[in-house]
Amino acid sequence: MSAVIVGVAESDLGIVGPDRTELALQAQAARRALAEAGLTLADVDGLATASVEMNAPVLRVAEYLGVRPTYLDSTNVGGASFVSHVGHAALAIEAGLCEVVLITYGSTQRSQRSRVYGQAGAVRYEEQYEQIWGLPMPVGAYALAASRHMGLYGTTAGQLAEVAVAARQWAALNPVAFSRDPLSIEDVLASPMVCSPLHVRDCCLVTDGGGALVMTSAERAADLPGLPVDVLGFGEASTHYRIMSMPDLSSIPAAISAPAALARAGLSVSDIDVFELYDSFTITVLLTLEAIGLCAAGEGGAFVAGGRLAPGGDLAVNTSGGGLSYCHPGMFGIFTVIEAVRQLRGECGERQVTGARTALAHGTGGTLSSGATVVLGRQG
Amino acid sequence: MTMEQPYPAADSDSAPFWAGCAAGQLLIANCASCQHRSLYLRGHCPRCGADEPARQEASGQGTIYACTTVHRAPAAFRDEAPYLVALVELAEGPRIMARIDQGNGGEPRIGAPVTVDFRPGPADFVYPWFVLAEAG
Repeated sequence: MSAVIVGVAESDLGIVGPDRTELALQAQAARRALAEAGLTLADVDGLATASVEMNAPVLRVAEYLGVRPTYLDSTNVGGASFVSHVGHAALAIEAGLCEVVLITYGSTQRSQRSRVYGQAGAVRYEEQYEQIWGLPMPVGAYALAASRHMGLYGTTAGQLAEVAVAARQWAALNPVAFSRDPLSIEDVLASPMVCSPLHVRDCCLVTDGGGALVMTSAERAADLPGLPVDVLGFGEASTHYRIMSMPDLSSIPAAISAPAALARAGLSVSDIDVFELYDSFTITVLLTLEAIGLCAAGEGGAFVAGGRLAPGGDLAVNTSGGGLSYCHPGMFGIFTVIEAVRQLRGECGERQVTGARTALAHGTGGTLSSGATVVLGRQG
Repeated sequence: MTMEQPYPAADSDSAPFWAGCAAGQLLIANCASCQHRSLYLRGHCPRCGADEPARQEASGQGTIYACTTVHRAPAAFRDEAPYLVALVELAEGPRIMARIDQGNGGEPRIGAPVTVDFRPGPADFVYPWFVLAEAG
């Protein structure tokens, strides 16, 4: 693949207040990312976005920004969407469909208190077989996966808590992370149970925030000021939508998308220096570590024990603090790519992974329903 | 204020399933072409694509595939919390989500046997609960 990422940015994060819209957050992030790339909105001829709240978001964002794209991608596969957008955009740039693609996301779900927890009234489609039972989604589906992992493999609540503790330790090194106070395994286990075995601190944050990525061709990037990051490989997959239809609760779509992305990059998982893995819940990380081949199926719990994912551990995972401690405005996928790019550029200050040259960003969407993986590399 | 609990919007695919529950039958699809059994009824087999798979009455026997206790319930279910929701693997193969009644104190371990029990739900629907077979 020959497309590159030349700009990344967040909008204001955390709690932005009740009077700001997700469009305003996206514009803020987009203009920051373009400025970093040495480009302006006038250069943009491709646009990709997804939204929790809005229909036809790519049209609304295009109008709001004032761009008239000839490449449009509204792919919505849940939180993984923006990782898919990167892969699609790379192919579009290589095919010559467009030259500068802007990928944006924004949400004000914390300030708007719009996070939905259960449904009321008549439930349509396949949801009618699930939502009638009072299982809150998505947390209930992830709790089912965690319960099975514990029952089949002997994974413990303390091992799941290790993931949240490691994320918090990384977040303490990230000035813009939302939750930076110390967190212990005991704190996680003592936090209120939501759906067993998942406690509140096994679950991602609910914050506001937005992000943007700017992609172009390697040729165009040669004339731009920054250090481009190569998109080396991409894969995506889906195995189901509702958790009742998931073929195997221990095998997530990352088991398909990550090997595809690594193969296209010509790399193996042991070649990767930094991993940014969607952490909607602690169990998501365990299942992803297994799916991408860092450990065998069922061994994720033992693998993360002893602070292995924390700063100074064997493996650099979720160096921003992740959705568990940095930010989680409804969908987190774009932030996995933002952090991966910054690590490869060496811009991460106290949390910088020394000498990082390759990174893998993985998004998981829905109820373990979709997976999208990109492999990124630093030039030179 | 007690919120209304959600109920199925029965459609041309699902209406026979809910009518089956009302009649004390758990209906699944059984493809004549490839013998694949699937949970929810639709006009084709999701494995081989054959038209109109046959309906089969499931035995109502199954095992716990995964199970969670809901502590923080959606508003309409708050009065019932904590309660068990499981994925049940039917003896015929498909998985179904259901509330679990512990019966005589059975533990909802993976593999624990359960039996369907049709119970009234909101809006005159009948829901397929499952009951743990035995204590211990």
